[in-house]
Amino acid sequence: MHIELAVVLAALLFSIGVYGVLARRNAVLVLMSIELMLNAVNINLVAFDVWLRDTLHSGQTFALFVVALAAAEVGVGLAIVVQVYRLRATVAVDDLDELTEPANE
Amino acid sequence: MSEIGWLVLALPLGAALAGFLLPQRARRLAAILSVGALAVSTVLSMGLAVRVVGEQERGLDSAVTIAKFGELQVRAGIHLDGLSVVVAVAVCVVALLVQVYSVAYLRDDDSYPRYAAEVSLFTSAMLIVVLAADLIMLVVGWEIMGVCSYLLIGHYRDVPEARPAAVKAFVVTRVGDIGFLLGVLVIGIGAGSFDIMMVTANVGGLPAETVVIACLLLLAGVAGKSAQFPLHTWLPDAMVGPTPISALIHAATMVAAGIYVVARLFPLFGVDALPLTVLGVIAAITMLLGALAALAQDDIKRVLAWSTVSQIAYMSGGLAVGVPAAAVFHLLTHAAFKALLFLAAGCVLYATGRALMSQMGGLRDAMPLTFVAMTCGLAALIGLPPLSGFLSKEAVLGAAYETARGSGEGTAWVGWLVLVAGLLTVGLTAAYATRLWLRTFFGTAREKTALKPVPRLMLGSLVVLAVPTLALGPIGLRSQWLPNWLGAPDVALRPEAVTTVLSMVLSAAAIAAVAAVWRRAPDRDPVPSRAILARAFYLDEIQDFLVVRPYRWLATEVRDYDLYVVDGAVEGYGNAAGTASNLLSRLQTGNVQTYATVVLGTAAVLAIVAVLL
Amino acid sequence: MTAQDVVFALLGVIAVGSALLVVTTSNVVRAALWLVVTFGSVAGCFLVLTAELVAWVQVLIYIGAIIVLLLFGVMLTRAPIGPTDELNSGHRLVAALVASATAATLTVLSLQAFHGVFVRLDQPGTAAVIGSALFRTWVLPFEVISVLLLSALVGAITLTRPEVGTAGSR
Repeated sequence: MHIELAVVLAALLFSIGVYGVLARRNAVLVLMSIELMLNAVNINLVAFDVWLRDTLHSGQTFALFVVALAAAEVGVGLAIVVQVYRLRATVAVDDLDELTEPANE
Repeated sequence: MSEIGWLVLALPLGAALAGFLLPQRARRLAAILSVGALAVSTVLSMGLAVRVVGEQERGLDSAVTIAKFGELQVRAGIHLDGLSVVVAVAVCVVALLVQVYSVAYLRDDDSYPRYAAEVSLFTSAMLIVVLAADLIMLVVGWEIMGVCSYLLIGHYRDVPEARPAAVKAFVVTRVGDIGFLLGVLVIGIGAGSFDIMMVTANVGGLPAETVVIACLLLLAGVAGKSAQFPLHTWLPDAMVGPTPISALIHAATMVAAGIYVVARLFPLFGVDALPLTVLGVIAAITMLLGALAALAQDDIKRVLAWSTVSQIAYMSGGLAVGVPAAAVFHLLTHAAFKALLFLAAGCVLYATGRALMSQMGGLRDAMPLTFVAMTCGLAALIGLPPLSGFLSKEAVLGAAYETARGSGEGTAWVGWLVLVAGLLTVGLTAAYATRLWLRTFFGTAREKTALKPVPRLMLGSLVVLAVPTLALGPIGLRSQWLPNWLGAPDVALRPEAVTTVLSMVLSAAAIAAVAAVWRRAPDRDPVPSRAILARAFYLDEIQDFLVVRPYRWLATEVRDYDLYVVDGAVEGYGNAAGTASNLLSRLQTGNVQTYATVVLGTAAVLAIVAVLL
Repeated sequence: MTAQDVVFALLGVIAVGSALLVVTTSNVVRAALWLVVTFGSVAGCFLVLTAELVAWVQVLIYIGAIIVLLLFGVMLTRAPIGPTDELNSGHRLVAALVASATAATLTVLSLQAFHGVFVRLDQPGTAAVIGSALFRTWVLPFEVISVLLLSALVGAITLTRPEVGTAGSR
């Protein structure tokens, strides 16, 4: 199989994930886009592992670890989102701008 | 003997410096200090005069080097010869009388100690000019005189015209002083020395152009300090100062300093005909200008001020026709009678409290001593024989006549110019002097208010000054001692027949004409005043238009440039920094996605750049 | 063009298509469901690449746990159920620009770098193979991951406790 297919697929998924992170207002949707990016990484890892026939199977193992980490991250991330929703009654990323530096004029 | 010379200088200077430290209440101490120092100086200078004439050598020097510029030395020294001691005595005597007079005149003035100190400083500065052996020292004295003149003209703090008049005097003379300083530097560098005796002795070894340029530049200073056309505009306005100051500075001393310097450096002026020609033209114009303006003034002091302008032009005329002895003779007599006139006018001002002739009249009976003194002074001014003014004026006119005929020293046509102008001025002088006399002292009193009694101190000074006014003439001519003193023993200061007759006729005619017109209408001005004469041909306004306004405009432009461009640039940096920081702070929106966009966008750009390169 | 190529390409198209729908749809719940399709196709890709364990772990964890978590999140934050307009921020154009730049760069780079590289898919990554690698060579990271998961669990609970001193309150 041509490996370009896997790599190009990963690149496209990653870019779509980038768009989602930057363009979506709802925090949960941002988390979904992050998952897309992680999936792209997994595809790359697995494809290269298979191509290079790694004796340690490090690519596939790393892919498993990434899945576990993704799960942990979504858990904590959603906990934060829920807490923010409890305090601010909104999860629109646009509305969370406490760190803004107003121009003093 | 040179130590005595230094003492003559140093005593008024010390009195001035001590006087500035005195508190305002110490009037007595200030008076004693200033009068005392000057009295000692006067006695010492008289003693010096006797001794100098008795010595066989003319010049006595004592000098100490105070600065060196390569090979050029600046020395502080005094030079005593006939010319310097004679003028020094005149300066000391007039200054002493003015100081005594001021004690009474400024009796009600609170800042008298400061005034006395300033007068002492001024006197010492004039003595520095007179006795200096080194040109730079002369310039120092010259400049100090300018400063003192400014301080003293502006003495009356509550008179609004005082400050502008003082500033005007300072600025106009400053214009001349720049030329003067440049002239001194040119001649000093050209001759390799600033020593006056050395410069005048070695004048043959200098290139003619250097000497001519230096002389022309020096004439600028002379025109400024001695109030000659076109730098004469400050003198009439300076009358706003106290009258004793007008007597001292503007009659006897400062205005004569320019004449003295030309007389001192006369060998330089003899190298080429140009400087003296210029001086002659200036003298002729100023003579007539001053006399015509004096004819139309209403203020007594302004009449006397314009008269001074005209009389100094006589002295310049004497110098221009190549006879400095005649000019110095007139300087001495003018110092006496003009100081007398001003002090007498001061008595009139003191007594009546006003200065305009249209508000006076009939003072002859109320102020007899002042009347007599003023009569003597005016007679000397007109030049009636045998008073001093007659002889000195005839000396100048005689010299001009000789030169015009070609048998004298200078250029013939300059001699004609000075002669004609001089004769016309004699007539005009007689006219305005008679007008002043009649309007002030005769006729019915136009204002009927009571007169303040004049203090004896002031009247006493008048009497003392009347003596040289009356006596200097005949005494001055006996056995030629004055020309001998002045180092020109072959100059005859006797009156020339032709000029004497002409001037006598002109004076008599003028006096008769004015008296006749006045007799017909005693309360009206015998000379109908025309504005053009009263405003001295609007020269003041012309100067303002040509010089003062463009200068003011330029100063405003420079100030605006500094304010808006220079300061604007500096402040602009601050403003620009603030604006830039404001713009940059817009990046801090607080929105996570903005930050992430910027980061990822930059990473993408960097990746592309890395790939492409 | 082998059969694996074709299948992989098809699965890839489905994955990319559904990913696009995830980031552009205006319905939050539908986004989650399209994400399910994406995960599923990616699992299929793994299968084509003979990485069996990873594929089934993908299905189990991602679709089974993470999507459920995300849906819980949607519910707990009262996200609007149904199409709504407010899901896209003002950064859309810039984001699209950045994303397309990223896509272009990566794609071009990869095509240039890996042109003509052929993968031989003859050794399957079965559970036995991967598991032995996991519990021999990678056992330490494995244990650390489990500690990490524990800490994530504790952290999530701590964050969302409703009473005193929760992290995130000011």
